Amino acid sequence: MAERMSLVLFSGTVDKLMAASILATGGAAMGMEVDIFLTTWGIEAFRAGAYKTNQKVSADFEEYGPVMMEAMQVKKAPSWMENLKGAKEIGEVTISACSMTMELFGLQLSDLEPIVDEVTGVATFVERARESKISLFI
Amino acid sequence: MTPSIQADRYIDAKGQMCPMPVLMLAKAIRDLQPGQVLALSATDKGARRDIPAWAEKTGNKLLDVIEQADLLTFYIQKAV
Repeated sequence: MAERMSLVLFSGTVDKLMAASILATGGAAMGMEVDIFLTTWGIEAFRAGAYKTNQKVSADFEEYGPVMMEAMQVKKAPSWMENLKGAKEIGEVTISACSMTMELFGLQLSDLEPIVDEVTGVATFVERARESKISLFI
Repeated sequence: MTPSIQADRYIDAKGQMCPMPVLMLAKAIRDLQPGQVLALSATDKGARRDIPAWAEKTGNKLLDVIEQADLLTFYIQKAV
């Protein structure tokens, strides 16, 4: 069985989404199964179309937001969504949405980007993550 | 410096930042036959360690690394 990486993606700011997507891509490129569990602001970031206009940066570093976004453009850094799509292409990447957040925000799977595979609960995440070699909260 | 290894496929990852070099490598290796050699050029500083780590983890063989100023060219053989 391939080794697994579990990521809880709680954040919805571009800086953290970039970090999560690069970790996921790295894991997938190295032959790991990658499980991403979206919750709270992570789900907001995956609302259909939201990634196209999301410019949010962590509050503590708000003033660096525009500089960071510009640097990414200039250096032609792939966006976090592009990284995730690339990761899905070359490896086993599953993206699940936390059912509790979905319920709270009144969302259905069809309201999210098609890259999100399913809606699951915390028990599913824990069951998968207990065997993971790498587990991260972002 | 002329490399002495003949590559079956060449990937240009110059100017690409992490995670692109390993991602491009993982994508390209799928199209190779076992035993074939892929050459990948990268300027990303992380690639120096990343590419060997990738090879180690995925069971593919890193044959050689050629360094020319900021450019690293990795020769990877797909596992037989």
